[in-house]
Amino acid sequence: MSYRLGVDVGGTFTDVLLVDETSGSTWRAKTASTPDDQAVGVLHGITRVCDDAGISLSEVEQVLHGTTVATNAILEGKGATVGLVTTKGFRQVLQIARSYVPGGLAGWIIWPKPEPLAALENTVEVDERIASDGTVLRELDEADVRAALGRLSGIEALAISLINSFADPAHERRIAEIAAEVLPGIPVSLSSDVLPEMREYERTVTTVANGYVQPQVKRYVGTLTDRLREGGVGGELAILRSDGGLSGAAAATESPVTMLLSGPAGGVTGAVWIAEQCGYRDLITFDMGGTSTDVALVQDLSPRIGRETKVGDLTVRASSVDVRTVGAGGGSIAHVPQLTKALRVGPQSAGADPGPAAYGKGGAEPTVTDANVVLGYLPTDLAGGEISLDADAARTAVATVADAMGLASPEAAAAGIIDIVNENMLGGLRLVSVQQGFDPRDFALIAFGGAGPLHANALGKLTGAWPVIVPPSPGVLCALGDATTSRRDESARTVLRRFADLTSDDLRAVLTELGADAGARLEAQGVERSGHTVAYTVDVRFHGQGFEIPIPVDPGWLEGADPAEGPEAPDALTRLAASFDAEHERLFNFLLTVDHELVNARATVSGPRPEVAGVTLAETTGPPEPLRTITIHVSGAAVEAKLYDRATLRAGDVLTGPAIVTEMDSTTLILPDHAATVHPSGSLLMNPVDTPLDTPLDTPAEA
Amino acid sequence: MARIIETATDAIEPTAVDPVTLDLIENGLRNARYEMDEVLFRTALSPGIREQHDEFPLIADPGGKMVVGQFGLSIPDFLDGYDGPIEEGDVMLTSDPYACGAAISHANDWLVVVPIFHEGRVVGWSSMFGHMSDVGGKTPSSMPTDARTIYEEGVVIPPFKLYAKGVLNDDALRIILNQVRVPDWNRADLNGLVAACRTASRRVVEMCQRFGTATYLSALDALLQRNYDAMKILLAMVFEDGRTLSFTDYICDDGVGNGPYELKLSLTRTGEKVHLDFTGSSPQAVGPINYYINENLTRMFFGIYMITVADPQILWNDGFYPLVDVTIPDGSYWKPRHPAALSGRNHGIGRVFDLFGGLLGQTNPALLNAAGFSSSPHFMYSGHYTTGDRAGEWFQLYSIGFGGIPGRPLGDGPDGHSLWPSFVNIPCEYLESYYPLRIERWETIADTGGAGLHRGGNGVDVAYVFEEPGAIAIHDDRWLTYPWGVNGGHPGSRGTKWVERADGTRQVLPSKCHDVPVSVGDVLHFVTWGGGGWGDPLERDPALVELEVRRGLVSVEGARRYGVVVSEGGSGGDGGGSHGGGVDVAATTSLRERMRADRPAELPVFDMGPPIEELLARCEEETGLPAPKRPVWTT
Repeated sequence: MSYRLGVDVGGTFTDVLLVDETSGSTWRAKTASTPDDQAVGVLHGITRVCDDAGISLSEVEQVLHGTTVATNAILEGKGATVGLVTTKGFRQVLQIARSYVPGGLAGWIIWPKPEPLAALENTVEVDERIASDGTVLRELDEADVRAALGRLSGIEALAISLINSFADPAHERRIAEIAAEVLPGIPVSLSSDVLPEMREYERTVTTVANGYVQPQVKRYVGTLTDRLREGGVGGELAILRSDGGLSGAAAATESPVTMLLSGPAGGVTGAVWIAEQCGYRDLITFDMGGTSTDVALVQDLSPRIGRETKVGDLTVRASSVDVRTVGAGGGSIAHVPQLTKALRVGPQSAGADPGPAAYGKGGAEPTVTDANVVLGYLPTDLAGGEISLDADAARTAVATVADAMGLASPEAAAAGIIDIVNENMLGGLRLVSVQQGFDPRDFALIAFGGAGPLHANALGKLTGAWPVIVPPSPGVLCALGDATTSRRDESARTVLRRFADLTSDDLRAVLTELGADAGARLEAQGVERSGHTVAYTVDVRFHGQGFEIPIPVDPGWLEGADPAEGPEAPDALTRLAASFDAEHERLFNFLLTVDHELVNARATVSGPRPEVAGVTLAETTGPPEPLRTITIHVSGAAVEAKLYDRATLRAGDVLTGPAIVTEMDSTTLILPDHAATVHPSGSLLMNPVDTPLDTPLDTPAEA
Repeated sequence: MARIIETATDAIEPTAVDPVTLDLIENGLRNARYEMDEVLFRTALSPGIREQHDEFPLIADPGGKMVVGQFGLSIPDFLDGYDGPIEEGDVMLTSDPYACGAAISHANDWLVVVPIFHEGRVVGWSSMFGHMSDVGGKTPSSMPTDARTIYEEGVVIPPFKLYAKGVLNDDALRIILNQVRVPDWNRADLNGLVAACRTASRRVVEMCQRFGTATYLSALDALLQRNYDAMKILLAMVFEDGRTLSFTDYICDDGVGNGPYELKLSLTRTGEKVHLDFTGSSPQAVGPINYYINENLTRMFFGIYMITVADPQILWNDGFYPLVDVTIPDGSYWKPRHPAALSGRNHGIGRVFDLFGGLLGQTNPALLNAAGFSSSPHFMYSGHYTTGDRAGEWFQLYSIGFGGIPGRPLGDGPDGHSLWPSFVNIPCEYLESYYPLRIERWETIADTGGAGLHRGGNGVDVAYVFEEPGAIAIHDDRWLTYPWGVNGGHPGSRGTKWVERADGTRQVLPSKCHDVPVSVGDVLHFVTWGGGGWGDPLERDPALVELEVRRGLVSVEGARRYGVVVSEGGSGGDGGGSHGGGVDVAATTSLRERMRADRPAELPVFDMGPPIEELLARCEEETGLPAPKRPVWTT
């Protein structure tokens, strides 16, 4: 018997999921998070879930963990004091940044500029210079380096980012050696390691961010490793990267900047696993929480990977699942500016404290959750509900919106609030679909997070993405994702070359070298080479463009022309150009006649995906029995809706809307003219009643 | 006058739009507008758009009123300038400011206008213009600083159909692109502009399909009305009936020895309407700095200032225009007569920020910022590679400089940033990879931001080392007049440019010049100006002043402008030469007392620096450049 543990630490709860790899059986535990030392809550959860399963901690082979320690350090401004070393003349690289001021005309009047992550008083210059082609223009002045490092007092991490170091890392490496002598014990991040790519601000801010979160991540991972060992856990710890792959604990602490979106990535990888169980490979994920909503697009079970990671005000260049965040969630506050009488929802949020008016914790402002309560979508007296809701308080709060807008009833105002917030989220869904050239109707929509299943049916209607999938226990999806993904490592480099100056051999040489590099690191983490899968991506643009498009390179292209295709078979570079052209055409509907240009090359090496069997529900024995019938408001009218307990549902049950399905951590709304079918894997698949399911229920998940 | 050909014959009746649908359509329009930016940024080739985002999108209603956008455009004026039918599938292009009522203001801006058809009728317009990095003419980048007519400023495209019913007019495009130095850039950027407009058209049609054409069009009316209603309340709230406010700022020179040009703007509210009047401004310039402004554009600038603070989420549009009358004297700086040169109008556009800030801030403290980095100064470098693989190949750089954002009611002005939305700098490593140059220094300069309770942002020094012989050109301003401070804040420093020749000599360059030869090893210092300070500098926290000394943003000497005495020495990063070593509390108290005693009890609202006469008298001595001649009206 072997067991895997998925662990996801959220702001309020820590979710732990234990998976028996052989039977697919799972056990879940939800414990309070312990923000002062997250490891405490994690260990509580692990102990509980192992007790439930009746196994000892030592039987756990792997602990797979999505963590927000790095994210929180940035959001709360509680990272390390970072010292920064720059090339002489570029001390203010973070102060000047890209000179960009967000907002429209006159936006500068109301923009509060965030402070750089490495303060100017902790930034020193060194005398050296490397040209963009790697030529050394001025040798490193080592005496100057020692003097400069000596001026840095009180720093907890050091970042080194020199001009053009992507072309030659020698000076950065030498400075790191000197720093080891002058500043012993201070962790050092080199820009040529963290992000060997052109563009000094982006490379510097990414390197500094790495140093900024590193001490906390190191401390946390260290503590957790110790605690797990003390608790008797035999297996090793792995951390989920922002790109959805797993990284060994040691590798994770070296490049924590690749882990900033560990949390949301867990949700997306969990959603992929669920969708696969239901037989869907193309999907849009929709994770709606209290203050914000994350959406991402998944093609053929692979999440789209973006090259930027955004956390709060900070944007760094690190690969991450291309998750777009919309500032709208259950806690978003509705308001009506006096001047325009428009209905605005968010971006202000009631947060967890005081929270929506319905929580009865002193919140008086109307939120999305209050609107859901007023419309009857969130029943207030649920059996097993963790929080009882105050319907009168919600009604009073929402009535203020009705009054300000001159609407007839709180229900009308509530319907407006729901429509507006759905529209805001539709904006996010469009960002990952239509605006990237994808038609959402070709995708399934998978909804999770505390509020996702309430809004999912409406968003299915707005996007035409069917079916809408609501996984079982949508609240622990992140932990599920942690438990079902594979090990991964990545190597990347800037190779700025026009195709005219490049051959297929050059391309092969660069990519295989990067692949060997990443593969060696993965092997060092204990993943056997025989189980490695390599994926290559290169960033290409038309020469002179300012943005690149990432294009996957099929390893087969690099093996030379296939003799079966004859002497005229295209070589790797030709195939790459054709692939780029197709993508450019799809995105922008036109092509240019100028030469192509290679910008960055990347190799991602993954270990084998763990085999985790899914659960299978018992077959239906007839129409499901509702708990009772309740009144809800849809399209301006009161209608009777059936209320179901999700735990009682069987495979093949069909729930016709209007209906509401409740479970411990989530509530699903099924609108009139829609029906949800219970899939054997436990998910609800919602479709309009006039549209037949496009995948028969008995289709087994593809391997 | 254009004739619009619609096949639908039935009239669309206005219909009631419920308030939520209205907000949904508002949101959809906003999304479409940002999508336009995205499409263009990602596909453009020329540095002006690709790296610096010098472009402006809009979506209009069937009558041509902007319903979303940020830089209005008068589609009615545009249509007036075109004779002929307009049909589904047409895409219009122009670059002639004089043929479209100043919808664009120089020939570098290429304006694309697309009618949006749905079920045989026009349901709106999408439009976008972008700054082409080169449109031909006598200097690279097409902005000769000594031009006296628009004929010297490159190809000027009259309004015409780039696509007629979806078919590209290849010949016309070939003729146009034959006039420019890097046709690949223009072709890609133009493709991007058209793609962006078509994207917006698709989104508008989708909204018509989703909500119904009648609802969509009625919603546009309601959104325009929403701006009208909001502005009506604001105007009555902010401006006293019958009182005239005035403010004057300057453009230092016109590139051919005249200046400073006075830019005067007055405002009077009478009843529910406001009158904006440019009377009292200087005559049109001899050189290319004229800013030919459209009445509607004036309304838009005014409105944005008024409403940004009141409801930042409002969908910005033309609805309030009937509430604002505008007077722009013919033959003035703002309405020059054809064929006056226009290419260097970026200073005028930028100075409009300062002008409106100074005007409206007098009665609205939330809008009273100091003067900021109110321009987008250009730097150009071009030539042929003489060595290496690229020998003989043409290179041409166009880039924008950044400077000090002013001290604001909100706080300090950021150092070395942009006052323009969406502009970004070009990274050093990008420049060094693609052009024969190296950058030796890229830093903000201590003390160039005006002192104040909220400090003005510092200007920037970028030192370019040239690696191939070529020619450079510069467009800048505020080298003579000061970026003013407010509420007791001091003015920021002025900009300056000089070349350190490889032979050791130093040559001060005028703020506007072109075809200046440079050799290998020459270093250009492109130094921009700082933002003005906001509020009394003696009220600034001495600990913050001392921290900024350690950061190298303020010098030990500069700290004294805040009445703060910082001890020399101390540790920390590499400050601008002198490091702070803590505040000398006693010395600070006595210095502040002395400074308070030596100044008037009431601090001036505006501190513009010395009067113009004095600036002109000391010009050569202070700047190394001859004083310009003051412009005069000669009817």
